[in-house]
Amino acid sequence: MAEVIIQDATKSYGNTQVIHGLNCTIDHGEFAVIVGPSGCGKSTLLRMIAGLERVTGGTISIGGEVMNEREPKDRNIAMVFQNYALYPHMTVRANMSYGLRIAKLPKPEIERRVQEAARILQLADFLDRRPGQLSGGQRQRVAMGRAIVRDPAVFLFDEPLSNLDAKLRVQMRIEIRRLHNSLDTTSVYVTHDQVEAMTLADRLIVMNGGNAEQIGTPLEVYEHPATTFVAGFIGSPPMNFVTGQVGNGGTSVTLHDGLQVAVSDDTLAAMAGQTVTLGVRPEHLQLAASPEGAMPMTVDLVEALGADILAYGQVGQEQVIARLPHDAAVKIGDRIHLSFAASQVHLFDATSGARLSP
Amino acid sequence: MDRRVTFNHRFLPYFLLAPQVAVTLVFFVWPAGQALFQSTLIEDPFGLSSEFVFLDNFAFVLSDPLYVDSIIVTAIFSVSVAAVALLVALFLAAKADSVISGKLIYRTLLVWPYAVAPAIAGVLFLFMFSPRVGVLSSALTALGVDWNYLLNGNQAMMLVIGASAWKQISYNFLFFLAGMQAMPRSLLEAAAIDGAGPTRRFWTITFPLLMPITFFLLVINMIFAFFETFGVIEAVTQGGPAGATNILVYKVFRDGFVGLDFGSSAAQSVILMAIVISLTVLQFRYVEKKVTY
Ligand SMILES: Nc1ncnc2c1ncn2[C@@H]1O[C@H](COP(=O)(O)OP(=O)(O)OP(=O)(O)O)[C@@H](O)[C@H]1O
Ligand SMILES: [Mg+2]
Repeated sequence: MAEVIIQDATKSYGNTQVIHGLNCTIDHGEFAVIVGPSGCGKSTLLRMIAGLERVTGGTISIGGEVMNEREPKDRNIAMVFQNYALYPHMTVRANMSYGLRIAKLPKPEIERRVQEAARILQLADFLDRRPGQLSGGQRQRVAMGRAIVRDPAVFLFDEPLSNLDAKLRVQMRIEIRRLHNSLDTTSVYVTHDQVEAMTLADRLIVMNGGNAEQIGTPLEVYEHPATTFVAGFIGSPPMNFVTGQVGNGGTSVTLHDGLQVAVSDDTLAAMAGQTVTLGVRPEHLQLAASPEGAMPMTVDLVEALGADILAYGQVGQEQVIARLPHDAAVKIGDRIHLSFAASQVHLFDATSGARLSP
Repeated sequence: MDRRVTFNHRFLPYFLLAPQVAVTLVFFVWPAGQALFQSTLIEDPFGLSSEFVFLDNFAFVLSDPLYVDSIIVTAIFSVSVAAVALLVALFLAAKADSVISGKLIYRTLLVWPYAVAPAIAGVLFLFMFSPRVGVLSSALTALGVDWNYLLNGNQAMMLVIGASAWKQISYNFLFFLAGMQAMPRSLLEAAAIDGAGPTRRFWTITFPLLMPITFFLLVINMIFAFFETFGVIEAVTQGGPAGATNILVYKVFRDGFVGLDFGSSAAQSVILMAIVISLTVLQFRYVEKKVTY
């Protein structure tokens, strides 16, 4: 059993703290995805789990044992790097067996494991080639193979697909998930691609500026984003935000242009008169049957995606995107009216960005 | 991508090449041709007349036991210089690569010896190891070593090897360090996760990946040891004692300019040239193939 528990983990380089007390539990067998913008500390956190970076404060434990002082090789982990980090002077076979040879496993056992990994990853024909003679996707597989043969309790991936083209990325994503399902291990996967994050994760860890903004299943994060940051980061195109004032009794929010939006939220009763941020996803906006009570928007750009179209425009000061059916007759310059269900509205504190809706 | 440059003027490219070609002609092709020509002649002791003798000079040189001795001395000398210079530089570079603070100072200091001319390096070593006044020779004597390189051929050899290698270490060090710093960190991290300790990481990952650089440096160091160490020998031992440090390039000089045997000296330099050219070709042909990825 190998659950990964991160408690109050901090990391500082000199005087700059880049991870600020992060807490997270990843259960055995779970596929956890760490997602966030560039520079938010994803790689640093993963490397702390791997033992490649020292933990400044707090603890990291794997399988119930604190790992802070352990060497990477003694943590029962394997890591796949973004640039694959294959040994260029060794054949594929030697790359995969390097760790096993160091561990002095018997030769037949090494060969068996290499063959097994090569079979799973369809690398059998390439075992005697050097990494320089392989395509990007094949190198990626070798990197995975090198991780598999170690038979680790935890797989760590740092943006393993970011060097591949779009089609191969989707294919490898599916292979990685299949592999995880068949291997009974825990996986921690870093990416800044939110589609990868949503599709792969059992548990999503959304990071921002060295903090975990939200931890939950992809659906939880999508349906109940904890902050405006998470709401804007998860989902594509991102959630629309408009600011407004909470009306008397807390049953409606008044936008800039005087439009009243009904909300079904009793927590707002005490907040009458305060400014809040109202969020609606583009896919939850529809063309209103009548202008009455709807949000008016002048379209300034239309993108046809095939299955649907994206209409861009301004509402008050804010840019709003609506995802509409492909047959919606919308052209640049049109003035359209958008409506949405009260249940699809997310309310956030205008200053802290924290979620107000339940 | 097409890297070719096109010139509008027909003669401009030749004009631009001219200085380099002129330098090569004057300082390499011409002397080499002279040497080749000289090597087939015998001059009378007063330099008044010369006689064409075809390959006689070569036959004479190659049958001379002193020349064969010099070849052996040169082989020992150049292999040792290259080996010492490469190994010490590799060690220093590995240390410098892992140093966290004061990197720049460390690196700068290690590069300085390269700015010292070989003859000066020789004189420095001469002062340090001079049997009577040298600082280090009195230390050696205190340690019970019977130090006198003026009499002991092996000690003389070690001294000139040391002085020559010392100078070349800086050069090698720069290349090794650059090679190590260009290596992706993740390779060594992957090896660490695979269970390799620092020493094993160095010998199984870092060192093999430095092979192309090492090979290039080997060629450069050998050529250095063959030709440019003349100054060191001249300053420290003058080829002595009893020819123990009489390397080929020094013998060419002694026989030609001191012994005034121009024909033999020219023949020797032609042989020397041939040795170095064939060594270099051999190295590039057979070794380089094995060390590129
Ligand atoms: N060795 C270091 N010294 C100082 N600061 C560092 C060091 N390594 C990383 N940082 C800082 O830590 C922060 C987090 O870096 P990290 O590499 O974890 O980002 P990331 O989330 O993986 O970004 P990306 O998506 O671009 O890979 C960054 O602001 C970075 O500047
Ligand atoms: Mg990163």
